[in-house]
Amino acid sequence: MYSLAIIAEAVVNGLMTGAAYALVALGLTLVYGVLHIVNFAHGALLTCAMFAVLGMEQLLGIGPYAAILPLALLFYGLGYGLQRFVIGPSSHGEDRNTLLVTLGLSIILENALLAAFRSDTRSLGGEMGFDVVELGPMLLSRPRLVGCAVALLVAALLWLLLARTDTGRAIRAVAKERFGAQLSGIDPRHIFAVTFGIGCACLAVAACLLLPTFYVNPRVGNAFVLVAFTIVVLGGMGSVTGALLGGLIVGVVESLGGLLLGESLGQLGIFLIFILVLLFRPTGLFGARA
Amino acid sequence: MKARDILPLALLLGALALTPLFASNLLLNFLVSALIIALGAQGWNLLGGYGGQLSFGHAALFGTGAYATAILQTTFGVNAWVGFACGIALAALTGWMIGFLSFRARLRGSYFALVTLAFAEVLRILANAAGFTGGAAGLLIKLEPSFANFQFASRAGMLWVVLACILGVSLLTLWIDRGRFGAQLVAVRENEDAARALGVDVLATKLRAIALSGAITGAAGGLYAQNFLYLDANIAYGTWISVEVLIAAIVGGLGTVLGPVVGALALHGVGEVTKGLLGWMTGVDLMLFGVILIAAVAFVPAGLVGALRRLRMRRATP
Repeated sequence: MYSLAIIAEAVVNGLMTGAAYALVALGLTLVYGVLHIVNFAHGALLTCAMFAVLGMEQLLGIGPYAAILPLALLFYGLGYGLQRFVIGPSSHGEDRNTLLVTLGLSIILENALLAAFRSDTRSLGGEMGFDVVELGPMLLSRPRLVGCAVALLVAALLWLLLARTDTGRAIRAVAKERFGAQLSGIDPRHIFAVTFGIGCACLAVAACLLLPTFYVNPRVGNAFVLVAFTIVVLGGMGSVTGALLGGLIVGVVESLGGLLLGESLGQLGIFLIFILVLLFRPTGLFGARA
Repeated sequence: MKARDILPLALLLGALALTPLFASNLLLNFLVSALIIALGAQGWNLLGGYGGQLSFGHAALFGTGAYATAILQTTFGVNAWVGFACGIALAALTGWMIGFLSFRARLRGSYFALVTLAFAEVLRILANAAGFTGGAAGLLIKLEPSFANFQFASRAGMLWVVLACILGVSLLTLWIDRGRFGAQLVAVRENEDAARALGVDVLATKLRAIALSGAITGAAGGLYAQNFLYLDANIAYGTWISVEVLIAAIVGGLGTVLGPVVGALALHGVGEVTKGLLGWMTGVDLMLFGVILIAAVAFVPAGLVGALRRLRMRRATP
């Protein structure tokens, strides 16, 4: 059998991967909670962000951690524009249209990246990915530890934004009662776009944290998008704390599944959780009854 | 059914059936591939177009039909036509089971789309890992052209078989469209609660639709296996097929009999042309499909067939 130390290390590694997952899921859950749409382009946008991090490093010499702020701003603008000028107008206010439009977007983005960068797998290179910290008997990867800390910080900031600022209040108002919000002078189209922009900014931060230990290719987003959906469903659609906890749970399940069943079947665990939660508890573990 | 309903169907399928008289093998190959997608899209349309349940995982049904047809022949030595029929039945059963689990859990809209996607992914991972599917190396059907083997020496043979399937499904769809079941399905699509209040058994209606949808898309999968004689998990259960049948049905016209066929032909025609012009860009045809999907949702929500119909009606009532 596996020794306790190996299992403990797998759990801790899973928690750290889970934090990165949670960051990807935070953007998704926020967009779902406010716009009530499932953003299928989320994975493709994450891939875009990861290529942007790679480009910053290779063309401008800006490392992934220094790139967090500029990329977050850039992707906020990108997300705002996408929702305001593409997704919003072309869905005519129908949820299923939004689903199809974001699916179309994801196909476009993925194949545009494929055309531009071919299907080669790239990574940042350098020593950064192998940097480790000793913690008792465990060797932990430093970039993942940093990623974990920043993910928690971003979740806290997001919570503060939603709970304490005027924009946050407007977002919550639109999420709860769109027409009421409109009557009190809030422009829902603007708030939708702001929310989508924040979701994309979360992706940019996630990309900066992922890249030191992850590879990139034009399809890498697909690996994340179903995981992110699983987390969002597990945590309850629209719940920030749910996304955080869901991310950690999924990270641990994947890590233990990979250890016990092997890499390819380990993924199966995630999909099974996903299906089971959808079938038996579609409001998630922490979501309110719909 | 009136003659007016059948006329466009007869014209389109008749013209396609006559193409082997003059067309090159290249064109016939294109038509066979596009029409297999068209058949799959007809299956998707029954559930998504008439029933309003958007599935993002029809690969689960397509792949089951394809794998069952292929495995029964290669491993168990069953006659290819019998294998094809079993594939259709298994795909219908798969559809029914997915429907039973998700409709009973009251999954709708984006939740239903997500759960179907997950089912397809689970099947893809399993097929990629299991032994009897040939695993990652894939599955090869031996090339032995004869009618009994469901393989044809000339391209025309396969084209006619695919067209016969499309004809059968189109007539079935037309019959559903005009009949009681179609009315129930549309009622469920438009307003589930109102349909229930009128005495429609919502769950049974949806289950019948997804099982039929599974049979049709499974047939497309079986035809795919017989046409290309090779399968692996990424082909049979890959996301590409879920996406292509969905786009074909939407572009052609949701909830119309001929929409999926028109959509698949138009889409693949455009795809081939762009690949010819910009072949050095990998994935340029798929990129265009994405643009077409968004444009269709934004500007032509009724699809090509729906837009034509509206044009004709406008001309009829000046």
